[in-house]
Amino acid sequence: MTHNESIILPHDRSLRATKREINIGDSVFKNMTKFFALLILLLIVLMTYEMVTRSSLSIEKFGWNFLLRSIWDPVREEYGALPFIYGTLVSSLLALVIALPLSIGIAVFLSELAPLWLERPMSFLVELLAGIPSIVYGLWGFFVMVPWLRSTVEPFLIKYFGSIPLFSGPPYGIGMLAAGLILSIMILPIIASISRDVLRAVPRVQREAALALGSTRWEATRVAISYSRSGIIGATILGLGRALGETMAVTMVIGNRPTISASLLEPGYTMASVLANEFTEATSQMYLSALIEIALVLFVITIIVNSFARIMVWSVTRKTE
Amino acid sequence: MKKILLIALSVIVPALSFAQLQLNGAGATFPYVIYSKWFDVYKQKTGIQFNYQSIGSGGGIKQVIEGTVDFGATDGPMKDEQLAEAKAKQNTDVLHIPTVMGAVVVTYNVPELGADLKLTPDVIAGVFLGEITTWNDQRIASLNPGKDCPSKPIIVVHRSDGSGTTFIFVDYLSKVSEQWKSKVGAGTSVNWPIGLGGKGNEGVAGQVKQADGAIGYVELAYAVKNNLPYAQIKNRTGQFVKPSLESVTAAAISEAKAMSADLRVSITNAGGKNSYPISGFTWLLVYKDQKDSQKGKALVDFLHWAVTEGEQYASDLLYAPLPKEVVKKCEEKIRLISYGGKPIK
Repeated sequence: MTHNESIILPHDRSLRATKREINIGDSVFKNMTKFFALLILLLIVLMTYEMVTRSSLSIEKFGWNFLLRSIWDPVREEYGALPFIYGTLVSSLLALVIALPLSIGIAVFLSELAPLWLERPMSFLVELLAGIPSIVYGLWGFFVMVPWLRSTVEPFLIKYFGSIPLFSGPPYGIGMLAAGLILSIMILPIIASISRDVLRAVPRVQREAALALGSTRWEATRVAISYSRSGIIGATILGLGRALGETMAVTMVIGNRPTISASLLEPGYTMASVLANEFTEATSQMYLSALIEIALVLFVITIIVNSFARIMVWSVTRKTE
Repeated sequence: MKKILLIALSVIVPALSFAQLQLNGAGATFPYVIYSKWFDVYKQKTGIQFNYQSIGSGGGIKQVIEGTVDFGATDGPMKDEQLAEAKAKQNTDVLHIPTVMGAVVVTYNVPELGADLKLTPDVIAGVFLGEITTWNDQRIASLNPGKDCPSKPIIVVHRSDGSGTTFIFVDYLSKVSEQWKSKVGAGTSVNWPIGLGGKGNEGVAGQVKQADGAIGYVELAYAVKNNLPYAQIKNRTGQFVKPSLESVTAAAISEAKAMSADLRVSITNAGGKNSYPISGFTWLLVYKDQKDSQKGKALVDFLHWAVTEGEQYASDLLYAPLPKEVVKKCEEKIRLISYGGKPIK
């Protein structure tokens, strides 16, 4: 080895000299992209700093109790975020429960079962759903979906399942169920289109191997799904992220009532909705500070949910290796 | 020759645009329609442009305190702490100039009851407190003997966003119900004991229109434009009064004599036979000591025009014009606006 190096050395120097000239462009590129990445990090740090300082009044007054109290009284300046945290988590979870099986079904259909002449326009339509603005969903939900819920779906649920606390209460139409439904429609295209791409990327070898071993179509599909598990989980995280932060569509159909109730037919309130509704009119410092603390809580919950999902993806992919 | 022309134009045109004065304001959404009309008419008359952003009464108050606007607008008067904060930050008092009046009506969606349901203050408070829960409750039925009250549950709808409309409504309820005052209180945003929240007047009107058995409160203009039925309310003298521009003006006339000097008066639960009890002023917020003499003069001239000639446009847009007694007090207030210590004429 040393023998080789001593021979290469003189050439190396001249090579090194030319390499340095070529490398300036590379190093500029490297540093610029590093800068952009750091910029994002800086943005997140700045946002967190801003939110923490501006909500300091509320943090000082209420402390950790803020996350456990259920009162929201701007007149007496008593605030607590529990109903909003509950509303955000429940509506997002409900959306996921409804959307996930549907999305995977759509993804499987589009990647495996659909004939080509059908698959292209359907994929296009599914992706189109993702592009519809949130307020349009909100208006459609308020004028079309809610009356339908109020007149057909909710009386049906009350009649047959009314004894379960989950479906008790008068059929307002507006409420947690409406919010969960509209969120599920909004996150369905995200999960479906990414899952479809991931399923398509499964190497044919896997499917062919399964079929060769005598599995049915469904079993071969199951093999494909388990192969692309991490991708589907990633798609679900993206969908959940959208559901957690969704504002306009939810605020128009959820009823905007800061309560925690067991029934899905009762109104609720989410963190994003209360911010959208009350931010411009919050005149006192304490009121504003409480609202910004809710923004901070939403930010932290989003980070926690995303980190948890990342850990899940990592543990799932770890097992397959 | 062309060069000279170009130079001349490049000097004159910016000068012209400088001559076109522009004032910025922000605040309540309720008077947005009439302010737009006023600004439009006034611009054609004098060429002075007013920009107005209807971000809400709370937003208007905030911007006046921060000094980012030339004037503000609000349906709920500024509190003493807010006035003190404005004085500390802007080194000047803030004057409240009433411009027009509006009414908050109680609207409902119960086809069996038809129009002109009669309600009393106790009943309204009871409904919004969650104590009266069905339409055939004795307290409602006894007030409306000619009507067939169904046994439907009452679905209460209120505002989810902070609003001057809410302020007028809960201010009235605080005056007529001790229980409401102690349990809920008054403000642009309150802790509602019961009910669904709708965003904006449109949200409440929409929800009431959709839900059978719903009751809510909206501005008179909204109820009229959406053909919603609204209730006649018993006023302080015992008369059931239908909300209208005349009954709102009557409320203002009866309260005008007792108006406080700073004109931050609430005219809910007014005395007087024909007064509609849930009425309210909307104010323009202006700095007493103006920082710019041109803008100050423009503002003073506009205000004088608005409270005198501007009022003629109010009724067509479903706002109640100010009664003469109040206009006089407004003009006295406007004469206090000064620049450099001297009142602006």
